[in-house]
Amino acid sequence: MSTPAYDDLEVGTELPARDFPVTRLDLVRYCGASGDANVIHWNERIAKAVGLPDVIAHGMFTMAQAGRFVTDWAGDPGAVVSFSTRFSRPVVVPDDDRGEVVTVSGRVEAKADGLVTLALSATTGRVPDDVRVLSAARAVVRLPA
Amino acid sequence: MPINRDFIGRAYPGTTTYEVSREVIRRFAEAIGDDNPLCLDAAAARAAGHADVVAPPTFLIATNGRYGAGSPVEDPAFGVDYSRVVHGEQRFTLHRPVVAGDVLLSTSRVVEVRDIGTNELAAIEQEITDEAGRPVATLWSSLVSRGTAAPRMTA
Repeated sequence: MSTPAYDDLEVGTELPARDFPVTRLDLVRYCGASGDANVIHWNERIAKAVGLPDVIAHGMFTMAQAGRFVTDWAGDPGAVVSFSTRFSRPVVVPDDDRGEVVTVSGRVEAKADGLVTLALSATTGRVPDDVRVLSAARAVVRLPA
Repeated sequence: MPINRDFIGRAYPGTTTYEVSREVIRRFAEAIGDDNPLCLDAAAARAAGHADVVAPPTFLIATNGRYGAGSPVEDPAFGVDYSRVVHGEQRFTLHRPVVAGDVLLSTSRVVEVRDIGTNELAAIEQEITDEAGRPVATLWSSLVSRGTAAPRMTA
């Protein structure tokens, strides 16, 4: 694990995209660990009855994957001082072994006083194609000089 | 049925504390696929300058509903039908890292309820502190309740 140094980073630097798979099993585990067992995250019958295309991932699961993208880059999960996003489209998770894939990428948007702002993007590639699932996602990270 | 607008501004102080353990951090990290050693290994976390293992940045969402009567979403009188709710927006301001051994308190407040077309938006702010009242984090959540807005009169 190597922590990026504040002084070495330039505004505009792109962070390479990473794929984060999400399956029904991930959602069931997240229901348990997060305490959010909303039926739309595991019950296809009710998800469809309330007008959703299928079971959808917790927005917070998707945000957590974007969080992994940030903290794996920063090294220390305690370096994040703020983290925000809008959930622009649901991540639809089909009932098969592949599930869906959330692709996260980022860019250094600003830096000041030891704090680096990352602008994040997250899209799904499978059902349907290239849908932006997070918008205006930002993480502010404190990095050593 | 629409969400009860009388609840705008109402505060829900938690009645119980939430004790952050190594085990709940591990379980949360495993559920999101996070294998960062600072979340899983106390020695690694201490070597990095933390008191104990560190929670991932979205961990505090998992403490929702664990402070006693500290959440409007669980109040039947607030009128949220959870199967109709999707998450609209989420913001975390983390005043310091959350680590195992923390004992947390929480107060939530309904800051806004309004219509967006046929949907409703409810915004809730949550202040999380330690037992001495020192700030730990501020969470701001907006929930979208699909199709529950009161029908409008048409001219």
